Amino acid sequence: MSAVWIPQVLRSSVGGEKQVELDGATVRELVDGLVGRFPALRSQLLTTEGDLNRFVNVYVNGQDVRYLDGLDTPVAARDEVRLLPAMAGG
Amino acid sequence: MPKSYADLLREARSEIPEITPPQADAIRQRGEATLVDVREDSEWDQGHVPGAVHISKSYIEQQIEAAVPDRDAPIVTYCAGGVRSLFAAQTLREMGYTNVTSMARGFQGWKSEGLAWTSPVTLSNEQKQRYSRHLLIPEVGSEGQAKLLDSKVLLIGAGGLGSPAALYLAAAGVGTLGIIDFDVVDVSNLQRQVIHGTDRIGEKKVESARRTIQNLNPDVKVVGHEEMLVADNVERIIYGYDVILDGTDTFETRYLLNDAAVAANIPVVHASVFRFEGQLTVFQPYDGPCYRCLYPTPPPPELAPGCSVAGVLGVVPGIMGLLQANEVLKLLLGIGETLAGRLVLFDALDATFTELKLKRDPNCPVCSDAAVAARKAGRPLEVATVGADQPFVLGSVAGFGAPEARA
Repeated sequence: MSAVWIPQVLRSSVGGEKQVELDGATVRELVDGLVGRFPALRSQLLTTEGDLNRFVNVYVNGQDVRYLDGLDTPVAARDEVRLLPAMAGG
Repeated sequence: MPKSYADLLREARSEIPEITPPQADAIRQRGEATLVDVREDSEWDQGHVPGAVHISKSYIEQQIEAAVPDRDAPIVTYCAGGVRSLFAAQTLREMGYTNVTSMARGFQGWKSEGLAWTSPVTLSNEQKQRYSRHLLIPEVGSEGQAKLLDSKVLLIGAGGLGSPAALYLAAAGVGTLGIIDFDVVDVSNLQRQVIHGTDRIGEKKVESARRTIQNLNPDVKVVGHEEMLVADNVERIIYGYDVILDGTDTFETRYLLNDAAVAANIPVVHASVFRFEGQLTVFQPYDGPCYRCLYPTPPPPELAPGCSVAGVLGVVPGIMGLLQANEVLKLLLGIGETLAGRLVLFDALDATFTELKLKRDPNCPVCSDAAVAARKAGRPLEVATVGADQPFVLGSVAGFGAPEARA
């Protein structure tokens, strides 16, 4: 199981949870599991082609998966996965 | 047996090795010794060797251990003409410092050799008192304070982030604070925008901020820009500033500012907030990623509500704004490690800070080599824009309530 940290702006789509435990060997499997459980997240995380939206970053252990293997980045148990959307508030 | 001055000087000369100013400069440039200037404050203020530590001879016993804790570290003392530095070196020897030399002919000899020295820093007596806590820190000191007084910082917005940042930057003596904001103070701002006050409701934010800053520190010149940052004025407004603090609340402005600041090579200290969370980083053009490297395209409105829609705990922009001010001061002073290439997330509910690594996007349409070449050729690369037909204001998204009338 890996923990996916949900930022505040997305929490209303996951029932208010700040962290969701999911099974998966890659970022794609985790994201698929996440949107499977919380369909409201799909359009927020993924394009219609199933790629990550460019306004949402995914980090595995503090590293941006865009500079690793994208959605195919492997995830081990106890890795820390974070979703990071842009925020504009000031 | 009483000793004359000549006797004492002869003894000191026989005990302390001396080096010439060019030799001392070579050692200084290689960073092989601490140069200790033992002259009086007024002499130091008129110019000194770059990087030297100032401990006047009358304080040498009291202060040298803090400045040079290692008794075996090489020290070169100097004064104006090479006499007081010999006696100071003798004192250091008595205290157990094993590797002390004195620079012959002193600072006069240094200058006559045409070696580099720092231009005099002149702080008034009032400024010496006002900034005394800065002057006590070796990393700031009078040179650093003079740098701050000579610096220009542009604040984008005098709101939740800009208010605390402006207060502390003004207090720190940043000489010029530009503030761009076209808004007026509303009572709902006062829960976090602490530069304003109840008596300022209805007043232009720029004017309100100017009044608070002038009362806090008359050294600071406030340059007000009562306009909205748009493509037509952004280059003109940011021109000449050393650092920009991004405290705006729309994606339009954040992207617009990023693109212009990268082109003008001005660092942007960025923060944004949402309810109990904050994000913070430094966009240092070409040394680290820019905003478009981090977020290549803006999100759709429902994913990006501003504070006026989603709300924010007042202290969150306070904390993030002061962390921004901290980054600004480090950039101006050239000290410490900035957050370039690192994003800090703050979670107020958990009281945690999390650090993420950021990278430059080699295909960035704004800061990549190809983008720079295209700009130079007069054909900038196309970027994702946030047009007027796509304003980042929520209509009626469940859970976020109604937006304020203001865009």
